[in-house]
Amino acid sequence: MAELSLDIALERGSFALEVRERLELAGITALFGPSGSGKTTLLRIVSGLETRAAGTVTFDGEDWQRPGRRVPTHRRRIGYVFQDGRLFPHLDVERNLRFGARAADGRAAIRFESVVDALDLEPLLGRRPTSLSGGEQQRVAIGRALLANPRLLLMDEPMSSLDVRRKAEILPYIERLPDAFGLPVLYVTHSIDEVARLASEVLLLSGGRVVGRGAVADVLERIDLWPVTGHADAGTLVAGTVEDAADGMASIRLERQRLRVPLRAMSGKPRSVR
Amino acid sequence: MGAIDLGPVWLSLKLASVTVLALLAIATPLAWWLAYTEKRWRVAVEAIAALPLVLPPTVLGFYLLVLLGPAGPIGRHWVALTDSALTFSFSGLVIASIVYSFPFAVQPLQGAFERIGRKPLEAAATLGASPLAAFFRVASPMALRGYVSAIVLVFAHTLGEFGVVLMVGGSIPGETRVVSIAIYEHVETLEYGQAHALSAGLLGFSFVVLLAVYVINRRARLGVGYAVG
Repeated sequence: MAELSLDIALERGSFALEVRERLELAGITALFGPSGSGKTTLLRIVSGLETRAAGTVTFDGEDWQRPGRRVPTHRRRIGYVFQDGRLFPHLDVERNLRFGARAADGRAAIRFESVVDALDLEPLLGRRPTSLSGGEQQRVAIGRALLANPRLLLMDEPMSSLDVRRKAEILPYIERLPDAFGLPVLYVTHSIDEVARLASEVLLLSGGRVVGRGAVADVLERIDLWPVTGHADAGTLVAGTVEDAADGMASIRLERQRLRVPLRAMSGKPRSVR
Repeated sequence: MGAIDLGPVWLSLKLASVTVLALLAIATPLAWWLAYTEKRWRVAVEAIAALPLVLPPTVLGFYLLVLLGPAGPIGRHWVALTDSALTFSFSGLVIASIVYSFPFAVQPLQGAFERIGRKPLEAAATLGASPLAAFFRVASPMALRGYVSAIVLVFAHTLGEFGVVLMVGGSIPGETRVVSIAIYEHVETLEYGQAHALSAGLLGFSFVVLLAVYVINRRARLGVGYAVG
């Protein structure tokens, strides 16, 4: 469990962001909200890429920003997966992956082979980034961020530029990240499905302010947050075990009932469904 | 008609090479700053950096002569340090060439850095690369084509320099008598044979260099390696 505490304010023209929160990060924490709510800006403040915000950012007891002093991005132990991948076009996939390769700070380093395995990157290693599909580029970008041995992984809508099929392809990889690499993830998205599928906690942003936070299931149920979560989209989240799945349908056992839903899933696996 | 004196040829090549190296070192940080700064007075700096493009070589040469002369604000200190004058010397020619070819180095580099943008540099920072490391590992290889353009343009422009050289350097064999000056003097003394040989050589050389650049640029554009820059 790593603690991220934020007390920051940023004004830019008509947009104002003001966040004062103390977050216990474990697993995937979603930053969710409509476009223009300040999610990406908040992520950039945490990473140090946005330098105009005033206030303090502390991660795991380390001051990343306080008045008069800011640790530059390259000295914060973060990994950052951008919306648009941002692979280096002059390097092949393997050299992109090894670009960060920072020494681990005392903890066991994330190994090249385990990242290549976890993200199925082996067949891509010799290729140029421009020859990869969008989904492949994002897998490489995730691997590259992991190999920089971060203590916190920041992901900024990593699937927003992908079509539905590519999303389905990459979701399972992201889902496994926290467990596979023991690393908290802060995940920006405006897709409620991604929140439901991936995150355990959610921070709800609207108009530059935090309007709700808590366990994903609780936040999605709150009627007073419908304007932000999307009224028509509101629903509840149930968790159960997949009993059997075939032909795109699955039976999910809840406590006493069984729910049949159109879903591709693996039998015997726990799964959340909206 | 005597044998062709190759001295001016070597001097021109030496001057062009030294100017290229000096300008890469000087123009890179300025081009970088121009590409990424948000300061409003950057346009003023841009305009000053482009001045040598529009000024007649005689104007540049005149001011350089005033600045570099033994009594001038720069030349004076040079005399105190080295006991020799900057004007009518090879060192003076190098300084004049740097000023004269300045925009030919700054503009391609600035353009290349602007095309790269901040995004790859941000990515490098999140991967632990310091700004300097990001420059050497990301920005400069991505700006390769900008560098090739800058090198070739500065080299060729320095070879073709005439007016500024004449005013600042004169025509001292082995010191300031470069190819363009030698050709001018051959013509003045009606030694057309020698003027032809040097002119044809310069023409052929310039063509080959430019051809090489266009071929390299075309390969780079067709290849997958340098999609940006």
